[in-house]
Amino acid sequence: MIIAEQPQDEMACRLGADLEGSFEGMMAVYQDRLFAFALRLSGNPQDAEEIVQDAFVRSYRALSGYPAERIAGLALRPWLYKITLNVFRNRARRKIPPVDSLDAWAEDGIRPEPSAPEGDRPDAEAARAEQRRELGAYVAALPGRYRAAVVLRHVAGLPYAEIAAVLGQAEGTAKSNVHRGIQQLRRSMPAQDSIER
Amino acid sequence: METWEMNDFGELPLLQGELAALADVRAPASVIPAVMAGVGLGDGYFAAPSPIGRIFVAYNDKGVSAVSPVGDRSRFETEFQTRTGRRAYPVEVPAGSLARAVEARLGGRRVKMLFDLRGLSDFEQAVLRKALEIPRGEVRPYAWIAAEIGHPRAVRAAGTALAHNPVPLLIPCHRVVRSDGRTGNYALGAEAKRAILQAEGARPDELDRLAAAGLRYYGSNTTRIFCYPTCGHAQRISAGRRVAFKSGAEAAAAGYRACRVCRPAEAVA
Repeated sequence: MIIAEQPQDEMACRLGADLEGSFEGMMAVYQDRLFAFALRLSGNPQDAEEIVQDAFVRSYRALSGYPAERIAGLALRPWLYKITLNVFRNRARRKIPPVDSLDAWAEDGIRPEPSAPEGDRPDAEAARAEQRRELGAYVAALPGRYRAAVVLRHVAGLPYAEIAAVLGQAEGTAKSNVHRGIQQLRRSMPAQDSIER
Repeated sequence: METWEMNDFGELPLLQGELAALADVRAPASVIPAVMAGVGLGDGYFAAPSPIGRIFVAYNDKGVSAVSPVGDRSRFETEFQTRTGRRAYPVEVPAGSLARAVEARLGGRRVKMLFDLRGLSDFEQAVLRKALEIPRGEVRPYAWIAAEIGHPRAVRAAGTALAHNPVPLLIPCHRVVRSDGRTGNYALGAEAKRAILQAEGARPDELDRLAAAGLRYYGSNTTRIFCYPTCGHAQRISAGRRVAFKSGAEAAAAGYRACRVCRPAEAVA
């Protein structure tokens, strides 16, 4: 894996010093963002949970085979995102369109009908949640090569150097994939005002 | 729209914010437990039905490590950690076929099951492994366990080891009874012991009646062999041919030898 060494990664140092004792703490730090990553890739919470679990199990097995210095020198964040992405891709290859995922989309309603009676305005929080579900569905529908790039950049907030490492691409390629992904995302959203307001 | 080249979002800075908000989710609480149990850093545990109600069953890659009546989870986890030094994590579905194996075993089928008895002394482990040999529907006295593992005088210690059985029901310490034949005490309660024995077909009332009469063995006047009353061979003696003895010495004096299957302790010692 071509990931620059970052000896400053404090969590990696702790894992190197005591893998068994620090692994749970590492998961506590990373589980929400890896779950968000897996959720936006798969579009489905059940799949995302299994992906993150599997990614952690694989990462533990990999780490327990590494010497301590190698663990301590690991750029942990891109390494974990990369494992998560690999798990997602392996599953996606195995299983043809996940039924759960389609159900979840249908439930979320890509273009929901206003269910509340006239004059009974849903509160702002519910509206925002609905908007997030909608956008999440559009993101999950992006072609794979753009989806991962867009999510890593704009949901996970990773710098391009790390995105390039996760995707195994040159930085320029990663940038261009993010850019095209955003273009496509905008094109795919028919009611932009629902996002723009 | 025309600012695309410079900024992906151009006139849509809101989209950037909305995408960032997609990160605002929480991983389910079940992720860490499943991983910890999955990689063997802790034990997983789940609830399963049993003859005395639902039980927690904890396990790791070495085998089943704890059985306890279902109760407060945090209390179970604390007690587990105090005893084993490891944490127990609740899991929905245990690894492999364990849930089915537990059910089969409690249902009386002899399925292979590994136990993690680390932390127990060699003596305690020997006592528990010996208890595993007692067939369903039968019982043996503490003295039998002690004699069988080569410590005939350690009857009390055998009782203590059984009382601290970390995996009751699955290692059937309830099939070990007082040396006078009464069903006796049990870590999960004397009544629970009787209920389990009853469910297994060991008829605790009859055991207590025999004990009250001071009778410990049945013999057959055809074969002139004597057995523990619940031994499969004793069960097959027809009423007309069955004789009862108060002790092995009494049976021996009457010309009876000990059964080679249930091996009465007095004969071993």
